[in-house]
Amino acid sequence: MERVEESSGAEFSAQQWQDVDGIIDQHRGQPGALIPVLEEVQAVTGYLPAVVQRRVARGLGLPLSRVYGVVTFYSFFTMKPRGRHQIRICTGTACHVRGAQRNVNQLKTSLGIEIGECTDDREFGLETVRCLGACGLAPVLVIDQDTHRQVKKEQLPQILRQYQGAAEVSEG
Amino acid sequence: MIKLSIDDLPVEVPNGTTVLEAARRINIHIPTLCAYQELNHFPGACRVCLVECDRSRSLVASCVFPVAEGMKIWTHTERVRKARRAVVEFLLSDHPDDCQLCQKNGACELQAIAEQVGVRKIRVNRSDLSRHQIDSSSEALRRDPAKCIYCLRCVAVCAQVQGVNLLTPAGRGFDARVVPALGLDLADSNCTYCGQCAVVCPTGAIVEKDDTERVWAALADPQKHVIVQEAPAVRAQLGEEFGMDPGSLVTGQMIAALRRLGFDQVFDTNFAADLTIMEEGHELLQRVKQNGVLPMMTSCCPGWIKFVEHFYPSLIPNLSTCKSPQQMFGAIAKTYYAQIAGVDPKDIFVVSIMPCTAKKYEAARPEMCDSGFRDVDVVITTRELGRMIRGAGLDFVSLPDEDYDPPMGQYSGAGTIFGATGGVMEAALRTAYAVVTGKTMPNLDIQQVRGLAGVKEAALEVGKLGQVRVAVAHGLANARKLMDRVIAGTTDYHFIEIMACPGGCVGGGGQPLPASEEKLRLRAEALYRDDALVQKVRESHMNPAILALYEHFLREPLGYRSHGLLHTKYTERGE
Repeated sequence: MERVEESSGAEFSAQQWQDVDGIIDQHRGQPGALIPVLEEVQAVTGYLPAVVQRRVARGLGLPLSRVYGVVTFYSFFTMKPRGRHQIRICTGTACHVRGAQRNVNQLKTSLGIEIGECTDDREFGLETVRCLGACGLAPVLVIDQDTHRQVKKEQLPQILRQYQGAAEVSEG
Repeated sequence: MIKLSIDDLPVEVPNGTTVLEAARRINIHIPTLCAYQELNHFPGACRVCLVECDRSRSLVASCVFPVAEGMKIWTHTERVRKARRAVVEFLLSDHPDDCQLCQKNGACELQAIAEQVGVRKIRVNRSDLSRHQIDSSSEALRRDPAKCIYCLRCVAVCAQVQGVNLLTPAGRGFDARVVPALGLDLADSNCTYCGQCAVVCPTGAIVEKDDTERVWAALADPQKHVIVQEAPAVRAQLGEEFGMDPGSLVTGQMIAALRRLGFDQVFDTNFAADLTIMEEGHELLQRVKQNGVLPMMTSCCPGWIKFVEHFYPSLIPNLSTCKSPQQMFGAIAKTYYAQIAGVDPKDIFVVSIMPCTAKKYEAARPEMCDSGFRDVDVVITTRELGRMIRGAGLDFVSLPDEDYDPPMGQYSGAGTIFGATGGVMEAALRTAYAVVTGKTMPNLDIQQVRGLAGVKEAALEVGKLGQVRVAVAHGLANARKLMDRVIAGTTDYHFIEIMACPGGCVGGGGQPLPASEEKLRLRAEALYRDDALVQKVRESHMNPAILALYEHFLREPLGYRSHGLLHTKYTERGE
């Protein structure tokens, strides 16, 4: 299970903290507020490290354990930073047969990260998913909202280049 | 009332009763690993308690299934037995199989249930059991998540009974486990070390940290002068470790057992409880007379202290500065006793027998070395003492009664009732009354502060001091309610007693297992019996050994030496 060293929260701007508090204020006192709050907060901070979970728990008047339990239960929530561009490689049966692992290995090497991590500059995050339901396009990978079909490992550097330095920030 | 039949036997129970409860009324014990007394454990996590019901096609979990008029239930049909066995088999399929090496061996509910439902083989491949990190970061408790069966009792007790809300289920699938918030180690968390999670844990996933080997090592060391103190509640619990009835008062046999284990001197924490009353009673009078911070709150309970340090730091000035009896004992043993016995204090090794897991932490707090040495060297629980006595092959039940060693074994009835909720309050009021009025209280039994009500209140006329208003709470969730009122300023108490565990120390994290509310009541009765019928002296300030200690060493309560040895400070620890 994830256990992340606690940071001071200095990585987030005053504006981000203000937005987080605003989200909490909007939902305070509503039953079942926790999940929508975490969802919106993650869109602001990119991920949910301990310092953010503490802020949410205090703000909503919930035990920190409840917040942590929910964050670790749903795979949508993450306690590790995600990349500005999130690469999701399908490793379902069809993609596996058609060489998804070669792409995984190539990306791990060229980005210098493991599955579930993101690059030091937070440009790219890498994760695997089970079937994307696009087996006809195997092996398939998705970056942000774009689907890349029948990807060969030789194409990967060029695909990554499309995203490098792009100013646009994807939604968590 | 609802009428139904269970295994074709008629039964009538109040509306809202669960099938599991209804079956118990007619002495049918449906196996379960998650239902636990009064804890709300909806929706039921373990699924062992399946039964057949005429109102449902599938089997139902009897622990959360409410009875209905005319319902028919069958608890041991072929279908039920097969399903239960499969459920337990699956629990075991990802559970370590080295039972003989487990601290819970012989006291494990999973073992017992596997036997009850008759699991004889596990059909799945067990070569890749889930691996989890053992958390032995704290002095008090040890967590081994690999042994967790996810019953969630510990989560419920931590939230509902203790109001600490530290433990939570986290993750999913084979990664799922119960952890402190943020997956922190206990030592980095706001755990109070009360140990109620260890009391309710059906397996060895949360246990007291076993320190018996450290005690054996000290006993085997000829250089060491090993002395032992036992908390009040231990004498009302220890018999249960050897099959005696709950509520058996085994003081004499306990002393005999400790001598046979090889302790050089068998003393008593009750002596130090009397000493605590002398200091704490005078502190209360001083605060009342000098407009000090009120309400004053007791400081005997290390779980409560850590709770305040984490959750109510603004109330730290309200805590009595008195150390707990355990720590007063250690500080006096390595100074006063060393002096009168002519033993070098560096050779004295103090062992505590406590009904408590938090006492292990308390003894290890860095400031607890005012004697110039670690005041208390090792703390073991009632359960660990049971283990040592069994390990030595002693037939506890047939041991003769023996008597304490002087001087630190002598105690009053006021000292002994420290082990039950309200006992410290009652003991303090007896002495405060006598100090203020010069007379013994007309009736030494203060019934208003006894019993298992969550929060108790009393008001007493104490001579020229006027009315003294007090409150008593046990279980930290009750303490929380009381503290919120204190902070809101809606109370006018002078003195508040808090014990972290339900029932006080008789229900501590180190008590014999399995626990029950009935046992708490019986153990408390045993202590009140000790006070009223066994002890000749019933007020702390009348204990001759305490009077001698003041005459020859401390001089006066709250005096210079007391200040150095018997009083302490607290630390704000952050939520």
